[in-house]
Amino acid sequence: MKGYNFAYLDEQTKRMIRRCVLKAVAIPGHQVPFGSREMPLPYGWGTGGIQVTASILGSDDVLKVIDQGADDTTNAVSIRRFFARTAGVRTTTATAEATVIQTRHRIPEKQLREDQIIVYQVPQPEPMFRLEPSRVETRRMHALADYGLMHVKLYEDIARFGQISISYDYPVMVNQRYLMSPSPIPAFDNPKMDRMPALQLFGAGREKRIYAIPPWTQVKSLDFDDHPFRAINAPHPCGLCGATDSYLDEVVTDDHGGRLFVCSDTDHCAERRAAGYVGTDGMKEAAE
Amino acid sequence: MTDTLTPGFADPVADAQACFRAVLDALAHPGRIRPVPPVEAPAPLCPAAAAVVLTLVDHETPLWVDPAAAAASGWITFHTGAATGEQARAAFAFALTLPDLALLPAGSDEAPDNSATVIVQVQSLERGARFELSGPGLRESAPLAVEGLPTDFADRWAANHALFPRGVDLLLCTGNQVAALPRSVTVRNA
Repeated sequence: MKGYNFAYLDEQTKRMIRRCVLKAVAIPGHQVPFGSREMPLPYGWGTGGIQVTASILGSDDVLKVIDQGADDTTNAVSIRRFFARTAGVRTTTATAEATVIQTRHRIPEKQLREDQIIVYQVPQPEPMFRLEPSRVETRRMHALADYGLMHVKLYEDIARFGQISISYDYPVMVNQRYLMSPSPIPAFDNPKMDRMPALQLFGAGREKRIYAIPPWTQVKSLDFDDHPFRAINAPHPCGLCGATDSYLDEVVTDDHGGRLFVCSDTDHCAERRAAGYVGTDGMKEAAE
Repeated sequence: MTDTLTPGFADPVADAQACFRAVLDALAHPGRIRPVPPVEAPAPLCPAAAAVVLTLVDHETPLWVDPAAAAASGWITFHTGAATGEQARAAFAFALTLPDLALLPAGSDEAPDNSATVIVQVQSLERGARFELSGPGLRESAPLAVEGLPTDFADRWAANHALFPRGVDLLLCTGNQVAALPRSVTVRNA
């Protein structure tokens, strides 16, 4: 695209972000501050993820962008188009074809490979921000690996509700050192982060932080021995493809209490349906 | 020696990106050896070290250059605009032999990222002393052979690794190849 550098950002900015990414990889789970730039879309729309993607992207990369698992929602479509225009890279919706996957709040169902990089859009990088609003204090807690506050919060949940009441952005411990926000992915996706073969990068544009998890690194969801971590999912198969092991979205279909549970990962669902798997609602659809 | 400086990357944008991805891949998989795009490097820099310097160093990053490599200082400052200065304040250090890692910034407990990245030129990443690496980025322990590091390297690295999350990160360059040791990795003599 004329008038812009490759992948929109200028080279000076890319160098700065690249240095932060390298530091983040060397210190798994530690939030590295970076000079977040103003992007042609507002904070909260994935500016952190976009800046990280822009800094790592090369002309031979194949980019996939998902928003809550879907390839076809506004955020995903516009970010994919942004990079197709400013970097001229090939884009895809197929998880297996992508070399770089930018995501908002999901991890694809298909296991990622060692030659792939996943970039998370992060609204709030500080896992303890609801418990301790002062950044000065949380920085010190990270320095001392003092995460008692978070354990107390989990304990209070159990005392009050009988279980840990966090369904997304469930805090994790990275490499047994840093408490980290996995971004607002469902807790269902947390186990996928543990020893993932792909490199995981996180960008928070408004909060100006970058962090990372190298491949094969231990990522443990916080829990207690007598209250082990459990991934929660709707107790249904996918209505369209019949999958029982994927994360489901609940779709209200009418005003008479009609519900449809479908895979949140649209590519996963489409691939299964193409392979001949049909769910109960998919059959109804075909009959109509 | 002439006064003419050799050019930097043939394609500054694409080559810097390719070199960064090589370094990123090397750092994310300690011990993995990656080729970088070619650069006409000034003596005594090897092409890989020159490419890494062009990719990562600029006017925001104070650079310490090993006095033995002073001949390349002019080239580095011309292409990167980096201020060369003392070891204790360096964001990047370039050396022909492993410097004393303890003299370089290791960051603080609150900001362990305020630490130096050390670019060391070695003789070979195929021959030489054999090490076994383990840590984040590695599914199982990985081998690395380096010719050109001091004989007590494993001990020196252990002292650096013990500072974690503080510490320095090491980029090993030879010919057009780069390998990396992030501070998180454990190095044993194999």
